[in-house]
Amino acid sequence: MKRTIIRVTVAVGASVLLAACVAAAPKEKTALEKRLEDPRVKNYIVGEKMTGYVFATAATRTVQDDDFENPAFLWVDIGEENWSKVDGAAGKSCASCHGDAPDSMKGVGATYPKYSGETKKLMALQHRINWERENRMKAKPWKWESDEMLGMTAYVKLQSRGMPVNVKIDGPAKPFYEAGKKFYNQRRGMLDMACANCHVDYPATMIRSNLLSQGMPNGFPTYRLKWQKVGSLHRRFRGCNKQVRAAPYKQGTDEYTNLELFLMDRARDLPMETPSVRM
Amino acid sequence: MAKKPRIKVPKSAKKGEQIQIKTLISHKMETGRRKGKDGKLIPRMIINNFSCKFGGKEVFSADMYPAIAANPYFAFYVTVDKSGTFEFAWTDDKGKTVTASKDIAVT
Ligand code: HEC
Ligand code: HEC
Repeated sequence: MKRTIIRVTVAVGASVLLAACVAAAPKEKTALEKRLEDPRVKNYIVGEKMTGYVFATAATRTVQDDDFENPAFLWVDIGEENWSKVDGAAGKSCASCHGDAPDSMKGVGATYPKYSGETKKLMALQHRINWERENRMKAKPWKWESDEMLGMTAYVKLQSRGMPVNVKIDGPAKPFYEAGKKFYNQRRGMLDMACANCHVDYPATMIRSNLLSQGMPNGFPTYRLKWQKVGSLHRRFRGCNKQVRAAPYKQGTDEYTNLELFLMDRARDLPMETPSVRM
Repeated sequence: MAKKPRIKVPKSAKKGEQIQIKTLISHKMETGRRKGKDGKLIPRMIINNFSCKFGGKEVFSADMYPAIAANPYFAFYVTVDKSGTFEFAWTDDKGKTVTASKDIAVT
């Protein structure tokens, strides 16, 4: 009898001790909690919104933070060079009319895509750049994913770095925004998934080896390590469409431009980050 | 369009000072192990050597192999004793060399 009591006491004591240990054992931090420990990420968070910088690894953030180490600046250099290079029958360069880009293009990139009364269209910055080339310079348009176009887009958007994303979605821009929103929430592809099913429902979870982000557009064109070069936001859309085995659209189509407007509105108030570096 | 290499060398330094040099060049660094759309191997095409000379004398060099990612970046330190010119050279598998130079004033 006495023995039993002792045994019970020992058992109870042991289990209390065990329970105490379990309670005291530190809970393993989530991947996002670990990311948030880096003081650098605070500039990339506004309320509930976080840019891809927060979800990137510390090493990737370090590459982005140094304008020299960031390989996207090889493309920015091309943009800067072409800014003042005369091209086309009108004998003009961008600089002939706009002067220095850091002054004239300040804040412009944060407002695109933008509805243009002249063309009655929603224009991504790339459309605008080609419109300027064709109509004001009488020069040949650049291909969407060419080094020249990526470079100029990155160079113009760089002049808005740190400024809040601020697109117009009312007035004549409204139908384009609505179309973009519909696309974003529409299931598609063999996997029958909408953009929102990943980037709204599951950010901060692992998808294969990627920490899924909120899918923000504010850092494009981006240097993607996987691409080993700079690429446009529409190229990323193609990748995300193909991931769910849906037929991708071409870069520069109305579908993707509308989608870009919706995404830029989703990123409203986050700082422009072009040119970002991502996995 | 050929992208120019990016180079960072301080414009001036004190005699005996250790300075940092950074270089970045655009190159696809094709490994020779990838297959193209036609199923055939894409031939290897990498920058296989980088060198930096100061006043005609080599102060840093590196051999590269296919595991180096595209757009190779180098950062290294050099001690400078007198004013002069750094000459940089990147040589690829076809023997083509891209060169660039930067001056430094040492006081
Ligand atoms: C012949 C003069 C001229 C040339 C050359 C020119 N632009 Fe323009 N650009 C203008 C004018 C005028 C506007 C309209 C300004 C406005 O609406 O406030 C404009 C507008 C723009 C805008 C839209 C600004 C905004 O706030 O939305 C961008 C971007 C732009 N230009 C970029 C370029 C680039 C890049 C080049 C060179 C590839 C270029 N431009 C060449 C005259 C020119
Ligand atoms: C199956 C899940 C999935 C779906 C569906 C999906 N994406 Fe993505 N997306 C990813 C992954 C994984 C990445 C890379 C990691 C990251 O940044 O989230 C990514 C990255 C992105 C990025 C880059 C973010 C950055 O910071 O560079 C954008 C923008 C984006 N997606 C937009 C979209 C849009 C628009 C759609 C709908 C057409 C979409 N995605 C559909 C999984 C998805």
